[in-house]
Amino acid sequence: MADETADAAALRPTPRRRRARKPQSTLPVRLTINGRPAEGTVDVRKTLADFVREDLGLTGTHLGCEHGVCGACTILLNGEPVRSCLMFAVQADGVQIETVEGLASGEALHPIQAAFRDHHGLQCGFCTPGFLMSAVALLREVRRPTDEQILETLGGHLCRCTGYQGIIEAVRAAAGTWER
Amino acid sequence: MPTRSFGARIPRNEDPRLLTGRGMYADDVRRPGMLHAAFYRSPHAHARIVRVTTEAAKALPGVAAVFVAADLPEAIRGPLPKLIPHPTLIHHKTQVALAGQFVHHAGEPVVMVVAESRYLAEDAVDLLEVEFEPLPAVVDLEEAVEPGSSTVHEDLDTNVAAHHVQRVGNVEAAFARAPHLFSERFTIDRGASSPIETRGVVAEWDGRTRSLTVWDSTQAPIRIRNYLSQLFGLPESQVRVIAPDIGGGFGPKIMMCYPEEIAVPFAAIALGRPVKWIEDRREHFVATNHERLQIHDAEIAVDRDGRILGVRTIYLHDAGAYCAYGLTVPIVAGTTLPGPYKIANYHAEYKAVFTNKTQTSPYRGAGRPHGVFVMERLMDRVARELGIDRAEVRRRNFIQPHEFPYDLGGLIYQDGVRLVYDSGNYPEVFRRTLEQIGYAQWPARKARYRRDGRRVGLGVAFYVEGTGIGPYEGCRITVEPSGKVYAATSVGTQGQGHYTSFAQIIADALGVAPSDVFLTTGDSGAFGWGTGTFASRAAVVAGNAVNLAAQAVRAKALAVAATMLEARADDLELSEGAIFVRGAPARAVPLGEVARAANPLRGVIPAEWEGPGLEATRYFAPPSGTYAGGCHAALVEVEPETGGLRFLRYVVVHDCGPVINPMILEGQVRGGVAQGIGNAFYEKLIYDEQGQLLTQTFMDYLLPTASEVPAVEIGHVETPSPLNPLGIKGAGEAGVIPVPALVASAIDDAFSDEEVRIGEMPLNPARLREIIYQARTAPAPA
Repeated sequence: MADETADAAALRPTPRRRRARKPQSTLPVRLTINGRPAEGTVDVRKTLADFVREDLGLTGTHLGCEHGVCGACTILLNGEPVRSCLMFAVQADGVQIETVEGLASGEALHPIQAAFRDHHGLQCGFCTPGFLMSAVALLREVRRPTDEQILETLGGHLCRCTGYQGIIEAVRAAAGTWER
Repeated sequence: MPTRSFGARIPRNEDPRLLTGRGMYADDVRRPGMLHAAFYRSPHAHARIVRVTTEAAKALPGVAAVFVAADLPEAIRGPLPKLIPHPTLIHHKTQVALAGQFVHHAGEPVVMVVAESRYLAEDAVDLLEVEFEPLPAVVDLEEAVEPGSSTVHEDLDTNVAAHHVQRVGNVEAAFARAPHLFSERFTIDRGASSPIETRGVVAEWDGRTRSLTVWDSTQAPIRIRNYLSQLFGLPESQVRVIAPDIGGGFGPKIMMCYPEEIAVPFAAIALGRPVKWIEDRREHFVATNHERLQIHDAEIAVDRDGRILGVRTIYLHDAGAYCAYGLTVPIVAGTTLPGPYKIANYHAEYKAVFTNKTQTSPYRGAGRPHGVFVMERLMDRVARELGIDRAEVRRRNFIQPHEFPYDLGGLIYQDGVRLVYDSGNYPEVFRRTLEQIGYAQWPARKARYRRDGRRVGLGVAFYVEGTGIGPYEGCRITVEPSGKVYAATSVGTQGQGHYTSFAQIIADALGVAPSDVFLTTGDSGAFGWGTGTFASRAAVVAGNAVNLAAQAVRAKALAVAATMLEARADDLELSEGAIFVRGAPARAVPLGEVARAANPLRGVIPAEWEGPGLEATRYFAPPSGTYAGGCHAALVEVEPETGGLRFLRYVVVHDCGPVINPMILEGQVRGGVAQGIGNAFYEKLIYDEQGQLLTQTFMDYLLPTASEVPAVEIGHVETPSPLNPLGIKGAGEAGVIPVPALVASAIDDAFSDEEVRIGEMPLNPARLREIIYQARTAPAPA
């Protein structure tokens, strides 16, 4: 309890002192997103997910829990799947990011997207972008993943609608249909 | 011949948009000059608010406003609307937009901060000082009904909101003459629906037109519109509520109204700027309605052959701090309990009880899993005690196909209508399920597993599900000059595939491809009448409205085309986007041209056209709910040392009448099973003695992942409903309902040689291990 009181007191100095203690509140960020350069000046405490959604306007990346469990916010950072809710935007300076908006070319769905449609791998669609990005990373790395590898990848994501079966079937199918 | 869309496994119209990141969920809505809201929520389960100091928060740069209860206009300061009253609901307590005097559960909103960003709004929340006088918290459901218990509400001397009895026949007489009576206690604990998208509200006020637009992740946009209109004193025509794409609903996203659904539009009006609030996950755990906690003391009377003479259940239902939604869950539990069995004497009696915990309201299943758990546990008990095979006990008690419509003897369902099952074939569903799971071969297989040292059990559970209740839904369908078809219905969609299943119904009526049908759902600006998406009713009620509207448009298209083609309307056919004379396909006119002709620039519209264009609006109002049914069976392996559980096989045979799109139906069933597995084995909300919720993250409230959910083998039996023209029944909750009963049945079977008996849900590995350990160390019965 003593700690709590001390914490509460720390939160309540005069606003002026509070601002004075912020040395560098914004920083420039330059990165590549879905093959295009992007830049902005962001609050250092802004998450990468919020930067992608709000500053870059790419709202296909969703936030489900903001504590790194549900996986809805998964993007590819230099090809690796990461939880964009657990990173600050300023940490992404100089990186290459891929989001769900970068998968399809024009009106043609990416083979993974097409497989999700064919196998009913989505219902409400909210968790879907995260699943898609992790599946892309898996299938780039492994040509014919085993069911165990697929489950291990998908096990890092929560879906509340599908019961997962359609998603698993879609990833299996895309391993065959995606020429890569 | 054109192929029929109804019944076809057609990929969904909505998928390309959702798969490419073009969905529009509440958090994706951005308006110019938009502000962001954050709430200060009560840290106490029960307390008096002594003082709220807001100066420091207001002084923080970027903060636009800080609102406490006293800042709200009187119309929205008091208790929010009472939904679904009931004669036995004596104390219909409802929540307030912002708590001013007392808080009744941890997480209740007390102060709203509006700022330039969510980050700044949360900074300001940290600067608020709220002084409370803590009051005793009522947490334990059984203690809450004891005389002398402290009360949740200061103006009440009881925690009992309702005491409700439903009786059929004479249970006392039946029990008095019964050769066998078995009684048992069953507990189903709290859980959270946990859609991956939390709740969210964006409100925008247009001061010039004095109109309010709200994007709300609700399952009932029309009713939200109606309440906003009433509470803010605005004409309904000046309020538009849009339920955009919704990232899962499952029940708790229908609550006219959550505090934030009132507070956020108020802030937008007060400040003249758009305001967005998106719930975070921790807020979701405490501020979005829960479900489930009921304690049943149940008793069954049977004759020597295991035929049911009577059933009685007396139960407590945990309402939480308020009961805005009325008594839906406990009523549904009590009226679902009889299930597929003939029970001449039945007594269901409950108390709905206030506790200082988050309010409860229907969550997928909505009391049905409770009723099924109690009944199916009792049937297993009877089988075990009388030494009759558990499948045979069920068969001896099934309602037979020739006995429909089957009147349950005077029970009143949640829609206020006497409960009469419209149609069904329970023995056939049961036979198919047992055949698929290999029930006849099971004893030999089980023995083999035991020889290998493995604990594998076969679980089976049957349910009957009331679906598709009224009062009504509607649809307007328009054929555009392009030949494309536009339809608007107010039921919102949370992933059920309405953009496709409704398009399939329309496609058949108008001879177009389902991909040429475009739908708006859940936007009061597009269609302003309706109740919402709940109780497995959208396909049944809205689907039939869609069909009626499509048939009306078809009739008009034929009438207009008859003039154009100089033929009789009943000689015409619709196919592939055109109308042609039967037997003379060259005499044809595209549907779009017919639409154009029906909306001429000059001339006269014949009276019998009843207006311009190829357009019709129709409503469907069912006389009562329609009753679907099904059976689940599974092989479940238990690891006694860890309490772990693994599904080796899972079979569902389901009867919801004719199937519009088997792919979508199977998705609903599979998803329901996954949620049911969470309800049965992982997901339990745990409160401490002070009423603090200890499970507030996905790291301590565990949703099943791809590794825990098995592949589900699905079979369909189709018994049409006589209550609607399409003959369909609802399916949205089918997957979830019997899973707890099934898991309990499987665990009992896996330990049939020991005294492991499951009477509670949900379990988890630690608890299951404990139950096994207790059974093994308990002294042998004398």
